Amino acid sequence: MNNNAIVTKDLTKRFGDFTATNAITFEVGQGEIFGFLGANGAGKTTAMRMLCGLLKPSSGEAKVAGYDIYTQTEQIKKRIGYMSQKFSLYEDLTVKENIRFYGGIYGLSNRQIKEKTRQLLARLQLEKEAGHLVSSLPLGWKQKLSFSIAVLHDPSIVFLDEPTGGVDPITRRQFWDLIYESADKGVTIFVTTHYMDEAEYCNRISIMVDGKIKALDTPSGLKKQYNAGSMNDVFLQLARAKS
Amino acid sequence: MRTIFFLLQKEFLQIFRNRSMLPIIFLVPVVQLLVLAFAANYEIKNLSIDVVDQDGGAWSRQLRDKLTASGYFSLYKQPASTEAAFEDLESGGADLVLVIPRHFERDLVRHNEVKVQLLVNAINGSKAGLAAGYAGNIIGDFNRRVRLEWLALDEDDAPSHFDVSYRYWYNPDMNYKFFMVPGILVVLVTMIGAFLSGMNIVKEKEIGTIEQLNVTPIKKIHFITGKLLPFWIIALFELAFGLTVGKLVFDLPMVGNIGWVFLFAAAYLLVMLGLGLLISTITETQQQSMFITWFFLIIFILMSGLFTPIESMPVWAQKITLFNPVAYFVKVIRMVMLKGSGWGDISYYLGVMLLFAVALNGIAVWNYRKTV
Repeated sequence: MNNNAIVTKDLTKRFGDFTATNAITFEVGQGEIFGFLGANGAGKTTAMRMLCGLLKPSSGEAKVAGYDIYTQTEQIKKRIGYMSQKFSLYEDLTVKENIRFYGGIYGLSNRQIKEKTRQLLARLQLEKEAGHLVSSLPLGWKQKLSFSIAVLHDPSIVFLDEPTGGVDPITRRQFWDLIYESADKGVTIFVTTHYMDEAEYCNRISIMVDGKIKALDTPSGLKKQYNAGSMNDVFLQLARAKS
Repeated sequence: MRTIFFLLQKEFLQIFRNRSMLPIIFLVPVVQLLVLAFAANYEIKNLSIDVVDQDGGAWSRQLRDKLTASGYFSLYKQPASTEAAFEDLESGGADLVLVIPRHFERDLVRHNEVKVQLLVNAINGSKAGLAAGYAGNIIGDFNRRVRLEWLALDEDDAPSHFDVSYRYWYNPDMNYKFFMVPGILVVLVTMIGAFLSGMNIVKEKEIGTIEQLNVTPIKKIHFITGKLLPFWIIALFELAFGLTVGKLVFDLPMVGNIGWVFLFAAAYLLVMLGLGLLISTITETQQQSMFITWFFLIIFILMSGLFTPIESMPVWAQKITLFNPVAYFVKVIRMVMLKGSGWGDISYYLGVMLLFAVALNGIAVWNYRKTV
C-alpha cells in the first residue's frame, strides 16, 4: 500500500451544480502504466489536474508520491512530470532552449542540463534540429520532445493527458517506446487516451463514465469480464450503457 | 535565484525574437516624441479670420493688417455683409469674424469712441478664449497707438492705465515642447510598463504554457519577478532613449539632476507593472487584458495634468488624481527637468509611489494562483 504512487479515496470535484469527478477511488502502483479512459467530458482531465495540484478538489482524499494533494502540492510538483492536452513547449524558443529552460526551473545544475540535453537529443535523433525553433518541428516530433522534457528531471510519476492526439500511427508507436523506457526505469505512467490500441499497452485500465470509474482491471481482465473481443468493445459497452 | 535567471533568459530570448518588439522599443518613442510634441501644442496660430469692413477707410485697413501681421491670424475672406461672414463661421471656414462698422473712421475722430464687433466660434472653448484674447490685445494696442500718434493726444491726456510686465519663470520662452516632451515620455514608459507586462503573462495563459509552468515547483514570487523585471529594464531604457532624443531634437532643458527622474521612474514602473500584473490575474485573453488596461490608462493619462492642468479640474476630480500614478510622474518629471527640483521636493511623491507599488503588487501576488 505504502509503495503506491497514487492513492485516491472518494475524490470529487464539483463546478457549481455539475459534478465533473464523482467520488473516484483507485490506486496506482509504482512503475505501473495506468490507462485512464473515458469519453470526452467524462472527467479525466479534471481528475488529472487535481492529482497534479492544478485544481483543488471539492472533497475526498488523495496522495501522490506519498504527499497530500491539499496541503503538499509543491512537494508533489517536484516529483511529477506533466504533459497537457495542449502542446506546451515554447514555440518561439529552440529545442535546446526549451530543454535548458525546463531543466533550469526544475533546479538541474548546468552540467546536468548539458548532459541531459545531449542524451535527449541523441535519443530522439534531434541533434540537427537542436538549434531550430520548436514551431518548425512536425507535431509528432513535438510530442516526443514534450514527453522527454516532462521526464527531464527524473520524476517518479508522469501524467500524460492525451499525449498522442492527432499523431500518426508510426510516431505513436515510437512515443509508446519512450513511455516503456521510462516505465522500465521505475517511473509511474498515468495516461489518458482515446486510442484503444494504446489502452492495450497499459498494465491496468480504468474507464470513466459521467465522472465515475465504471471499470478497473487489466486489459485482458476487462475483456473477459465484459466478454468482449477487444478493448474497443469493452469501451462501447460501458459508454453506451450510459445513454 | 537561479530560477529567476532561467526565467529572465527565456523572457529576453522571446522578447527580442518577437519581430514587433524592436520597432516598439525604438520606433514608437521617436514617433511619439516627434509627432506629439509638435501636435500637442496649446499655442494657437493661423486662426482664420473674416474681416467685414463696412467702413473701408485707411484706419480700418490698418487694423486688418495689424491683425494678420501678428502671425496669429490669417485672413480668410473679406465678405461684404455680416450675414456672409456668419456663413463662413457656420461652415467652419472662419474661426472668428471682426466687424468694423460703417463710419469707423468718422466716429473715431468726432466722438473719440467707436465699437467693433468680434464673433468667435466657441465649439472649442479654449481655442475661442485664446482667439478672443489675442484679437482683444491687438485691437487694444491698435487703439492706444491711434490715440497717441494719429489723434496726437499727449501721454498726459491719455487715461492712466497699468502696464503689466510678465516674466515667465522655469520656461522663459513659454516653449510648449519643453512642457510636453517630459509628459510624453511619461506616457511612453507607462505603456511599456502596463501593457506589455500584463499581456505577456496573459499570452502564456492563451497558448497554454502557463499550465506547464504551474505544475513545476516554480515559486510564485520567482515567476512574477521573472515576468516583470524584463519590462522594468526595457521601460527604463526607453526613458533614457527618449530623453536622449528629446535632448538632441528639442534641446530639452535638464535643470535638475536627471538621476531623480530615473529614481522616480524606477518606483513608478513598479506601480505600472503591478497594475499590468493585477489585470493579468483577472483576465484570460490578451484582448481582455488590453481593453481593461486601456480603460485605466486613458483615465490616468487624461487626468494626469499632461494636457489640461489639474488645478482647473473640479474639486472632486482633483481628489481622484491623488490616486493617479501618472499625475505624480508628470508632475515630478516637469519639476526636476524644468525647475531643477531635488530630493527634498520629490521625496514625498516618491513615498506615495512606493506605497502604490506595494499595495498593487501585494494584491496582484495574492491574487495570482498557480491553480486553474
